[in-house]
Amino acid sequence: MTPGWIIAVIAAAGLASGGALMAWPRSTWPLLGVLGVLFACLSVRGHKSSRFAIALALLLFFIPAAGTENTFLFELVTQMGIFAAMALGLNIVVGMAGLLDLGYAAFFAIGAYTWAIFGSGQAAEFMSGSFPLAGWPYFYLFSALAIITAALTGTLIGLPALRLRGDYLAIVTLGLGQVVRVLANNLDQPVNITNGPQGITPIERPPIGWLLGFMRFIGLGDNPALGYAIFFYLLVLAVIGIVVLVNVRLDRSRFGRAWVAIREDEIAARASGISLTRTKLQAFATGAAFSGVMGAIFSAKQLFVSPESFTLLQSITILAMVILGGMGSIRGALVGAMAVTLLNIEVLKSFSDFLVDLRQSGYVLDLGIVSFNFANLSDQVEPAKYERMIFGIILILMMIFRPSGLIPESRHRLEAGSEKKDGMTG
Amino acid sequence: MSDALIELLPSVLLEGLLLGCVYAMIALGYTMVYGVLGLINFAHSEVFMVGAVAGIEVYRYVGPHIDNPYALAVVAMLVAAGVSGGLAVAIERLAYRPLRKRGSTNRLVPLITAIGVSFFLQDFVRLIEGLWHGEFYMNYPADARMEAVHELPLGMTIQTKSIIVIVVTAAMLLGLDHLVRRTRLGKAIRAVAQDLQTASLMGIDPDRIIARTFLIGGALGGVAGVMFGLLYSQINPFVGFVPGVKAFTAAVLGGIGNIYGAMLGGLVLGTVETLGGTYLFFLTEGAIGNEYKDVVAFLILVLLLLFRPQGLLGRTQGDKV
Repeated sequence: MTPGWIIAVIAAAGLASGGALMAWPRSTWPLLGVLGVLFACLSVRGHKSSRFAIALALLLFFIPAAGTENTFLFELVTQMGIFAAMALGLNIVVGMAGLLDLGYAAFFAIGAYTWAIFGSGQAAEFMSGSFPLAGWPYFYLFSALAIITAALTGTLIGLPALRLRGDYLAIVTLGLGQVVRVLANNLDQPVNITNGPQGITPIERPPIGWLLGFMRFIGLGDNPALGYAIFFYLLVLAVIGIVVLVNVRLDRSRFGRAWVAIREDEIAARASGISLTRTKLQAFATGAAFSGVMGAIFSAKQLFVSPESFTLLQSITILAMVILGGMGSIRGALVGAMAVTLLNIEVLKSFSDFLVDLRQSGYVLDLGIVSFNFANLSDQVEPAKYERMIFGIILILMMIFRPSGLIPESRHRLEAGSEKKDGMTG
Repeated sequence: MSDALIELLPSVLLEGLLLGCVYAMIALGYTMVYGVLGLINFAHSEVFMVGAVAGIEVYRYVGPHIDNPYALAVVAMLVAAGVSGGLAVAIERLAYRPLRKRGSTNRLVPLITAIGVSFFLQDFVRLIEGLWHGEFYMNYPADARMEAVHELPLGMTIQTKSIIVIVVTAAMLLGLDHLVRRTRLGKAIRAVAQDLQTASLMGIDPDRIIARTFLIGGALGGVAGVMFGLLYSQINPFVGFVPGVKAFTAAVLGGIGNIYGAMLGGLVLGTVETLGGTYLFFLTEGAIGNEYKDVVAFLILVLLLLFRPQGLLGRTQGDKV
């Protein structure tokens, strides 16, 4: 339990950074401050309602207020939310059930294509009817459908794969993730379903007349680009809320306990009457479902999908989020997703820009013994393009030095205490 | 149409055999490490890639001084074997051994580390090549003497470089067989694979044997990298992934942990994949074809794991409590 004054400090920091963000919406430091406060809200223990109130104030007042000046804020947080939902889904599979899934982006692709095909003219290529399906109910209907298609695909992939030992599963999901991509790339003939490597565009978005009306009412005008930025921001926040709630409830349900049981010891779990294949399939399908719904939202947000959005790098990115946050930890998955997304689209990019500036300025670093002229710096040195190296380092270092992650799962913390006492393990 | 199928068969088989040689050499690295540690070494595909890149560097820097393309290929293979073997040992020492020493029982930890190493190496090589030469897409230089075509019976033709690949693979497989079966080191490797704890009680230093296993597997992977470069010419830092997954499939196909299984599995997979890719095209009258050859390989893996998870030569083994 955290002392009350720490919560007060967090609240004050939240107010200060939120106010600063409103005053300077384009500056990086207030943004980092706001995200830092959100991190703090996720990582301290106790005082649930105060922490919740602080986070809500930031997410529903300060960030939107600043976002109307700088839509990049909406983009950033929406991106974080999409990844957070996927990290939560993968956390069920990898963290709770202990099944290493390296093809997780495949389910994201399934969800994205579910809406992309019917939300654009693409469906007319292989079936009759009038497409795209515009109008308000369709997008929500297909988002729900994406949950089902992704969960079904998860079950189908899982059926053969989950009968295997853990490490075979990793390589099978790795392969099947690639298969989904090969299919997306090549199903433009003989029947054109996915439009192949060109991808599908434009994809319909749900109408947002109500939101634009509200924006006019509060004096923001009715710029549809801003409207959609706000719409997807709110939609993703709402979905994240639901996903977190489902995760928390699952974690404490029969399912959650069964998942953790098979993760810790399959043989003991089976001896306790848990059906291994069924329990693993449930984990797989649940994880896939979260990814699927975010895929549908992603396709509507981006207006464009192509097979290149669903690579192994994507799957490993989400894995890095789960590992960084802490396997099995719900709050860890959220923190991991925020941190890795921020690293990916803000920190590395700024660092690259910084190096470009240094190179152009021809700054000479003189250390006495050696001196280095930045004008000679190769243009191959561009941190934003080396995500693989960075995720690789994150995975290796976390596994060697802190395998339970930044915010360890509460069960692990309890075990870590008892492990020292009995001395002998394994 | 069926005439064309039969006419093509010998050359398709030969092509499959060549691909199979590469797969077999990589698969040995996976299977040997799996044998001693029970770990899928995801980083092995990058050990292979580093071998291919080391070979390119030999062609770049030594190539102009040696006029004999056969000797040059052998030098490239030796250097690649050394670099890749050393890299594999370094990976084991820096990434896997600390985990082993900690005695973590979580099976996911070493696997995730291996994936991290694999991703790190892809970009690391890209960075090094980018800084060194300004680009990271590379080609093995073509040499007319290596490309020379020889006639074989049944209307088949074979290039000199293909003969070299087959001869080198055969030699290395025989050498490995000798090493594993007839030497003290081979005996120790087999002992560690059978039971690490008991082997260490018998005076075998498991760490040393594990390091040697990584060295041998890595060296074979490095040679495979040069063979891959000779056969298909184009190399980049991401080239290891697909052959890596295929070779792992081959290792499972033959029965993981079993080195003869890996050899057999590699040859079978290379042949089946090439046959499947070519004949899909004919059977569907051109509607779908070679782009699905990866799918063929993964389908084999899935079906195999469903119906014969112990592989062609493997034996079933119950879980130990």
